Amino acid sequence: MSTATAVIEEQGTANDLGYHSFSAGQYRFERDEYFAHIYYPGGRHLMHVEAFLRALMRDVGWGFFYGTVNFDDVLGTLNHYGTVDLFVGLLNQAYKSRNRHYVETFNSKDLKKVFEAMLDDWTNEGFDPYAAPDETGNAYGPKRGNNSKALKRERIVAKRMVGLPGDLDIRTDAAGQPVNRQFLDVPQDAPEVHPEPGFEGEVHAFNMFAYTSRSDVTWNPSVVSNVKDSQICATTEEHMLPIFHGNDRVEWFIQICDEIIWEIADGKTGAPRAKVIMRAGDVAAMPADIRHKGYSPKRSILIVWENNDGTLPQRYSSGQLKPYPVEF
Amino acid sequence: MNYHTQFGSLSSYRKGGVQVVDADPKHYVFSNVFEVASKSKPYEKVCVGKNLDYVIEALRTEGDSPWFAAPHDESALIMDGEVEVHLIKPDSPLTPEGKEGSVMLSGQPAGQKMGWIKARRGHMALLPKGAAYQFRSASPGVLLLQTIKGDHTVERWAEICQTTA
Repeated sequence: MSTATAVIEEQGTANDLGYHSFSAGQYRFERDEYFAHIYYPGGRHLMHVEAFLRALMRDVGWGFFYGTVNFDDVLGTLNHYGTVDLFVGLLNQAYKSRNRHYVETFNSKDLKKVFEAMLDDWTNEGFDPYAAPDETGNAYGPKRGNNSKALKRERIVAKRMVGLPGDLDIRTDAAGQPVNRQFLDVPQDAPEVHPEPGFEGEVHAFNMFAYTSRSDVTWNPSVVSNVKDSQICATTEEHMLPIFHGNDRVEWFIQICDEIIWEIADGKTGAPRAKVIMRAGDVAAMPADIRHKGYSPKRSILIVWENNDGTLPQRYSSGQLKPYPVEF
Repeated sequence: MNYHTQFGSLSSYRKGGVQVVDADPKHYVFSNVFEVASKSKPYEKVCVGKNLDYVIEALRTEGDSPWFAAPHDESALIMDGEVEVHLIKPDSPLTPEGKEGSVMLSGQPAGQKMGWIKARRGHMALLPKGAAYQFRSASPGVLLLQTIKGDHTVERWAEICQTTA
């Protein structure tokens, strides 16, 4: 089922716990002390509220990202870049085979507005859904305050390279960006840069590992350098990726330090395919037909290497391109 | 608690791998840049990542490299060792019209010195569009080059990647 629907955000009276409910098309979202409840025509789904808020934060912060953001093995969004599907069971073998799935299509900006309002209302003071569990408070209980400032952080994108004039700034203590507690041993030295007069804006280097060690978010790849549509995105990972990401194109991972264990499943059915164990210096492709979820026991640095070519989703989905990047 | 961040190097790395449930491990194109560089000639541009025309190349840095140039930006990320990057703005374009990827030059081109960079592990250097550049490294190291596939890109996937479960 797929219907284009206007979005109505509900601004009614809060429930006894202090939380508002929200609606988008025929979906209705409610929260209590422990759970997010998702009502849709034909059924009801629920998620642990901390897991729901962590997933919602990524979906909002990434603007629905590339391809599919699976909140769990039932609920998720599928990005069409301008419109977005909100689905229950679409990519779950049991739901789909029994025709128990439900899909509505929204204008992306409308659904994002509802998601942002829900995230803001349901996130309590002291809980940061971008932070690792050991770095933040809990998400449970009756409503208490808010954490609106922490929810405004989005995926940041360097136009050419971090640190160039007019581009993203280097992160510093002075700017309120301290080194993370688990990266205190990451060298913070700067490269020596010796431009001749007139070439100050072209002869450029920065400490990318140090820059990334100062990230205050987890599982949020941000672009640090570009070669046309080739984007190197650096990110710090700790605990687990709060979603199962199903990309609509091939992406690559380069593990910079420590270890991440990736759980790989089929993109359409969720059937297990592999585990990929990545340590410092390891490189692996993520095919275009899978979904992946990462687990990082210690905070680690990962490069996510993306191809931002907007024609790729259609070329992969049509079969013009094979889902894996190299044949040998 | 004191955390220890585990980086890799030519002399010390511990490779992971693909543990298959229902998949072909070759589809994950799994390799390790330190292992690749440990078996490469100096400045051999071995492809470790490929996304259509875009590539990530692993280069063993040792001694002076040839001079290169590209008609687009590239970036060099130092993964091990210390590398100098010397840059020249050439008097005339060094890359053929419409060609992408870096080209290897026959020697130092005529032009204006732009400056140089000394970079160590974790440092990322811009190799600006149109500039000629040379790497210099007193001892073996590793860098990753973000670029586009060119004539000197080396693809030997079966040698560098996990092929069996």
